[in-house]
Amino acid sequence: MLEVKHIYKTFNPGTINEKTALRDVSLRLEEGEFVTVIGGNGAGKSTLLNAVAGTWPVDAGSISIDGVDVTGMSEHKRAKYIGRVFQDPMMGTAASMQIEENLALAARRGKRRTLRPGITRAEREGYVERLKILDLGLEDRLTARVGLLSGGQRQALTLLMATLIKPKLLLLDEHTAALDPKTAAKVLDATERIIAKDNLTTLMITHNMKDAIAHGNRLIMLYEGRIVIDVAGEEKKNLTVEQLLSLFSKVSGSDEADDTLLLS
Amino acid sequence: MMGFISALPGAISQGLIWGIMAIGVYITFKILDIADLTVDGSFCTGGAVFVVLFTGGHNVWVALVAAILAGMLAGLVTGVLHTLCGIPAILAGILTQLGLWSVNIAIMGMKATVAINVTTPELLDKLLVSLRFVRDAVTGVRPFYRHPIIVVGLFTVVLIALLYWFFGTEQGSALRATGSNHNMARAQGINTNYSIVLGLIISNGLVALSGCLLAQYNSACEINMGRGAIVIGLAAVIIGEVLFSKIFHNFALKLLSVALGAIIYYIVLQAVLATGLNANYLKLLSAVVVAIFLAASYWKSKYTRKKFRPSDIGKIGGESDA
Repeated sequence: MLEVKHIYKTFNPGTINEKTALRDVSLRLEEGEFVTVIGGNGAGKSTLLNAVAGTWPVDAGSISIDGVDVTGMSEHKRAKYIGRVFQDPMMGTAASMQIEENLALAARRGKRRTLRPGITRAEREGYVERLKILDLGLEDRLTARVGLLSGGQRQALTLLMATLIKPKLLLLDEHTAALDPKTAAKVLDATERIIAKDNLTTLMITHNMKDAIAHGNRLIMLYEGRIVIDVAGEEKKNLTVEQLLSLFSKVSGSDEADDTLLLS
Repeated sequence: MMGFISALPGAISQGLIWGIMAIGVYITFKILDIADLTVDGSFCTGGAVFVVLFTGGHNVWVALVAAILAGMLAGLVTGVLHTLCGIPAILAGILTQLGLWSVNIAIMGMKATVAINVTTPELLDKLLVSLRFVRDAVTGVRPFYRHPIIVVGLFTVVLIALLYWFFGTEQGSALRATGSNHNMARAQGINTNYSIVLGLIISNGLVALSGCLLAQYNSACEINMGRGAIVIGLAAVIIGEVLFSKIFHNFALKLLSVALGAIIYYIVLQAVLATGLNANYLKLLSAVVVAIFLAASYWKSKYTRKKFRPSDIGKIGGESDA
């Protein structure tokens, strides 16, 4: 479903702030694979997701989704294939617009925006049903402005928007990191349910190693812009945090894992 | 006092005309979240194109549509400078505005003022609005429906209806989303550059229409007629917001409140003039008033907090995850 081949990305090249965030990263996701992505700060996790989403062009390599080469495609064109939830709960929704208006925008992802009505009555009824999945009572507040919602509610709504039309690929960038533990668990639970229901191909970044092990059917770890660990199937299922840490020190050749990763 | 009251119909007419420009400013400033300074130039462009075509013998509606199109073109230029050339929006607007000064004066045949010769009754009668009609409609020389308040009021109502429809469409919603959160917009597949350019085009089309109506009203176009237009537009937006935001929630009513804001601005202006203030101080006065209102809304959000009641904790933002 996703085919990333030898991509490189360097920020601020030629300056004192030069930072190579991705070095020769290749990754192949089959349809229905749910991959969790871990790594310390600056390991390149978000950079990898942004590269796939098309936030900026990569320096080298190619990216294709469902057989379509999207390497040179702009962010908004790629959105046709991709559902995204950002780390910042404010980033995924339009605060000044209503819940139903936000959903209606998401329902038109990848379609031509015409002069037909931005939202129809029939759609509204569908949204009520969808919002019930989240179990946050949002189905009774269709016309409330999103700016009035809490961070958790906004993040849950963004998740729903990202999956309203089944995306070829779902990108979750630490989407529960900014939430309190209880809300984070609730949003993660909704994530799990939605992914399972539609069998979505997913890349989910998390800071939490336990979450990375508990969710998904494959786990990759990034270190200094490279994929250093890639486990799937039974091996991933039986993984423990301790094993993951020792695996990491072996691969990276250092013990710094304890500092950068255990914090979470 | 009598002078002030007799000036009221004229002030309301002018306020309505500037209100159309203010609605254009509302689209960029409030919906797109861009301060577009193109308007100071495109306002005059609308007037210049109209006056030149109209005095050249063209039909009034042809001249009017051409004026709107010219304004839209100005918006397109700013939009392209901003989106494709990566120039900050304010600077892009300033560049277009500066360039337009030369363009406007060229349109007017290198003259600073071009007048419509309203001493010819046939020519005067063809105009949609004129300050002469304010009295004529009252004295019965012309039918009441030719009163500028009615004509421009009708324009305003039709424009608000059109904009209300447009911003409810898929494309209009995409434009609102772009202004609200461009990250979200792009993630939802919206071409934010296209939305911004489209918004600037619509906005400057309205501004040029307003300039075209004012040129008719004054039966002349003057190269500096748009100077400070952005400030008047902002003043109207802010006055409308301060006075009506509590009662007007519907989008069409918000646009109406901008038009009303422009009218109130002009009435206040007349009141100030009635005190005998030198008219040259008006621009300073406008700038000060807008600065105070903008600062006030900033300070309000910065320094005032809602009364804190411990019992409210837990009620904010939702049941479990506030």
